This record gives sequence, structure tokens and C-alpha cells, in this order.
Amino acid sequence: MTLFSQATVNATPNPYLIQPATIVEKIREAEDIDTYRLRFVDEQMRRRFRFAAGQFNMVYLFGVGEVAISIVSDPEEPETLDHTIRMVGRVTKAIAQLQPGDELGIRGPFGQGWPLDDAQDKDVLIVTGGLGCAPVVGAIEYIFRRRNQYGGVKILHGVKTPHDLLFRERFDVWRQHPDTQVLLTSDQPDKTWHYHVGVVTELFEQVVIDPSRTIVLMCGPEIMMRLGVPILMQRGIPPNAIYVSLERHMECGIGLCGHCQLGPYFLCKDGPVMRYDRVASWLGRTGV
Amino acid sequence: MATQSNNHIDVVPKVLLQQLIDVLSAKGYRTVGPVVRDGAVLWDTIRQIADLPIGWRDEQAPGRYRIEQTDSTRIFGVVHGPQSVKPLAFAPREPLLMIERSQGRISIQPTMPKSEKVAVLGVRACDLAGLAIQDHIFLKDAYRDPYYRTRRDGLFLIAVNCTRALATCFCASMDTGPRAGANFDLALTELDEEMLVEAGSEAGREVVRALTCAPASTTQTSEAERQIEACADSQTRQLDRSRLPQALYDAHEHPRWDDVAARCLACGNCTMVCPTCFCHSVEVAPDLTQTGSEQSRLWDSCFTQEHGYIHGKNIRPTIKDRYRMWLTHKLASWIDQFGTSGCVGCGRCITWCPVGIDLTEELPALLKSSTQIKEESIQS
Repeated sequence: MTLFSQATVNATPNPYLIQPATIVEKIREAEDIDTYRLRFVDEQMRRRFRFAAGQFNMVYLFGVGEVAISIVSDPEEPETLDHTIRMVGRVTKAIAQLQPGDELGIRGPFGQGWPLDDAQDKDVLIVTGGLGCAPVVGAIEYIFRRRNQYGGVKILHGVKTPHDLLFRERFDVWRQHPDTQVLLTSDQPDKTWHYHVGVVTELFEQVVIDPSRTIVLMCGPEIMMRLGVPILMQRGIPPNAIYVSLERHMECGIGLCGHCQLGPYFLCKDGPVMRYDRVASWLGRTGV
Repeated sequence: MATQSNNHIDVVPKVLLQQLIDVLSAKGYRTVGPVVRDGAVLWDTIRQIADLPIGWRDEQAPGRYRIEQTDSTRIFGVVHGPQSVKPLAFAPREPLLMIERSQGRISIQPTMPKSEKVAVLGVRACDLAGLAIQDHIFLKDAYRDPYYRTRRDGLFLIAVNCTRALATCFCASMDTGPRAGANFDLALTELDEEMLVEAGSEAGREVVRALTCAPASTTQTSEAERQIEACADSQTRQLDRSRLPQALYDAHEHPRWDDVAARCLACGNCTMVCPTCFCHSVEVAPDLTQTGSEQSRLWDSCFTQEHGYIHGKNIRPTIKDRYRMWLTHKLASWIDQFGTSGCVGCGRCITWCPVGIDLTEELPALLKSSTQIKEESIQS
């Protein structure tokens, strides 16, 4: 082994090492969702940490455990890192008890994010469904901060009930951007609902798509992808222009623990964002 | 099967083999070898050749493992126990971090394993192949594992070429044995009176230089050769990989999965004894005062309820899902992930399955088309 490669090996950081980070701000998004703005305690980490939009961190709570959470803040401002966390499990419910000044741990960044460089100068069609769409919120904010680098933006968002519509104010702000269309739908609406009624794939009929210059970002239940993608393909969008964010049990973040497999992929390492044509044969199979 | 190497081969009379342990000890190695315990052989520290299971033999069959003492003088008459060499590098329980909390601040220290020189005497070819696969996963992929690295770097591997196959062995069809391929420091072949010794590394050559040995005669090397060949030829099980991975991907809805799921207990034994299975979970263990918390990784199994669990739902709720996950990963998606099969043909999953599920039977059944199944049922 040459000296150089030895040095490289020694410099390889321990991928299991957690770094302490302080909660500098806790922003309420909904009844059970908060965004935590985190800053590394270690100054070197603050300077060194870089991530791409759509990557995630393993967020650690002392004595409780780690959970994979996507980084929703802007990659060009890595000084603080925003993580939108919904109280759904053992770790996230315990994190919800924390306040600014408290410390969490961070390991990351991990995974492959949205293809926001490839999407430049193209139209971006964002299709989301249900709760849990924080990963794509980060991508949307990224695009709007660089609005002139992208073509038309269409955001189609479906929820079951109006109560499930999170980030309501953000949709209203996004709507104001030029060349931007925001369409909402609910399939179990109440009297207050004044948008479309039905499932999100019905909204495809309400948008004009130029398939030669459109890139699709999808995030939501897999059933939405399975039903939605064929319709988009009928509209002429090739499957390699469609990206889906997939969810599996992620425990290590580094493709070693084996839990997040989908066919030949480790979604923590090869995903969570995958090009549709690569995973098409795996979606819709039971028990994978 | 790995072909005969061009390495120089020496011969040591078996009565002088104690020298090997002594030389290793002088070089700072603790030697571990197979020892009889609780009706099986397990790895443990050995100080003398007499600690090895001399004269013992193992018989293995689906769901069955027995060892018995015979009047043979063979030192390595037992082929293998439930442990491959895996636990010596990928520890079943590895503390990763110690995390302390004081006044709301946390501090984190990696807990690296003690670096120790361990000579493993009696590694079988299939297990060397398994270790090479684990090396790829933990040391050559996108992320390198420093815990595995520390343990692995301390290993001095003394292979023993197999001259007897178990009923469950199928290494020959997996091209992993019965001769140790690469990846060893020394490889032994046991004859009646003497042990042939081949060095596979510089460290191995250094050890051989310190032994009282002579170059092996052609008669001795051809006899060793003959016994290894005979071992390969005696294997009755095999696995036809020619249509993998795709044929198994295509068999996702095959009725045979229901059949095997009805037999499988989802106990996870197959994954625990497998030389290549690498799934692990992370355990968080805070102390009672909530000031310290240890983070460890533990072997996990894709047969557990939790393996496919994600908030509120289980991706693989049924035993059918889990057996399919295991076999499809082992024999098919592993090839896409790491460029090799995840199976090395050691046969442990067959032996240690309490109900004797045999992947060499399951795979051909799963690759049968519905037409073939129909034709066979008409004929019978």
C-alpha cells in the first residue's frame, strides 16, 4: 500500500460517529410537525459540512436513538440545517419534547437527493401526496430561491382531508411566483375546501406539459406513483425524467445495515430519490 | 473449484504441529481453533493441538447436526460448526459509541475494539470466500467500517482444505471450495501422518520459515490433490446459478413461496449461521442515571418483525415476504449489489434450519415455470 492511500484510509471518517448540534430554533409547522434549525457545536464541522438538496441526516436523541430526516434548508447555507420532523415514532415523539438550546446529534449527510442540477432550465412538475412531503418542500424552496434558473413550475398536491394540508402558507407563497401553478386536491373534502375534489392524478388533466422539457419529482405513497407514472408516460414523459422519493426502514444511513433494501438497491445510499425507470419493476410488488 | 496453486508446498509431521501454535504465539498471536462444546464445535482459544477436536467427526443433514468421537487420528475431522469466521471480524455485538450527557450537552466517543492479533486455525474454503464477501461489504464499498477493519486487520488465517464433504456441502458448485482459494495466510491439507502447508501471504511465509518442515514430495501433494478432488466429487447438492439473478426476480409471484412459507418458522437461524449475512440493528442503551448511553450494533435478521418496519407499517409482514426477501437477496440481488452470489455453499442454513428447509431444493422449485409444474403433477 502506498503512503498516499494509507493517508486516505486514515482520513476516512468513522461513518457511525455522531456530532453534537444545538437546536437554535424550533418552528411549528403543524400540530404534530416542527422544523428544527440545528447548528453543529463543533466549529470545524460547521465549516466543513456540505450537503446536496434532498440528502438526509441521521438525527440522534440522547439515550433514545437515531432517525433519518431529510435536510430541507438550502445547501448553500450549511451553517444551520433545517429538519422538519413529524411526531410519528418513538424517536420523533421524544425529539418533540426538546426546546431551543437543547442538543441533538447528527450523522450525515447521506443518500442521493433530487436532480436539481439536471432540472435547470427545464419545467419542473412536482407531484406530492399525503403527509410526509418534507423532502420535496426543501426542493421546492431550493428552486424558488433560484427561480430564473428553472422553467415553469407546477406543484400538484393531494391530501385525504383538508386537515392533512400542511405548509398551507407556503403553498400560498409559492403560488405568487411567476410561471408557477399550484393545484391542490382532497378526496375527502369538507365545506371549507375550495380546491379540486379527487385524487392527485386527476390534476394532471389541468396542467399543460411539454414532455420534451419536463422533469418530474414525486413524493408520497407508492400507490400514487404506480397510478400516476403511467398517466405521465402517456403524456409523453419518459420514465427516466421521473424521480421518486422512496421510504424504507433506514437505520445506518450508509448501506450496511440491510434494512432499506428495495430489490438490488439500498435506498439510504442509492436513494431515497430514485429515477423511476430504475425502480419501476420493484414498485407494486408485495413484500419488497 | 479453485485450482491448485503454484505456491510452494511444505510438509510438517502432525506430531510437530504444536510448533505452529508456538511460533504464532511468539509472534504475538492468540490462536483460536474449533473446540468441542455443547455438542458442536465453536471457535475458542487453543494453546495446544490437543485442544482441537482430534478424532471427532460431524454429520450434518437438513435440520440435523451431530458430532461423534471416532478412533480416527484426524485433527480436522469436523468440517464446521454453526460459526463461520464471520463473528471474528463482524462481531455479533459491537459497541460503536459511548455518548455522555451533562447539563444538556452531549459528547461522543467512538468505542473501537481492541486491536488484537488472532490466528484462526481451521478456516474452511467456503468461510474464506464468505469473509472475502464481507470484506467487500464493510471495507470496499462507499463507506468503510473502522470497527470491522480493526478486527479484520488482526486476523491471520490458517485455512484447512476439505478432504471430506458433509451431506449439506455444495461449495464445489459455488466455486468456493473445497480448496481454499485466495485470502489465506496459510493453507493446510491434512493427510494421515502429515500436514501439507502452503503459504499464501508474506506473513504466512514468515511463519513457515520458523517451522521444522521439508518440501512436500510429489506423492504427498498428489495424494492431497486426490483427496480434495474426491471431496468435491462426493458433493451431492448443487446450486445452478446460470439464470440468476433475473430468473429469481421473475419468480416473485411463484406459488412455491407459499409452500416454503408454510414450513419456515422465521426463526432467523439461517441468517445467524450464514457467513455472509450482514444485516445489523443499532441498539441504544442508556444507563439508569441517563448520563451515559452506549450505542452498539447487533446482528439482525430479515426474518424479524422489525426488519421491514417503518412508522406504522411493515413492508414485509408475512413469513412468505421475509423468506422471499432472504433468498432473493442471497442468491439474486446480492449479485447486483456486490458482483458475487451471497451464498458460498457452506450448507449451514440447511443444517441449522429447525425444519430443514434446503435452499438447493427451493431454488430449482422456484425456477420451475407453471407449465413445468403442471406437467409434473400430471405425470405423478
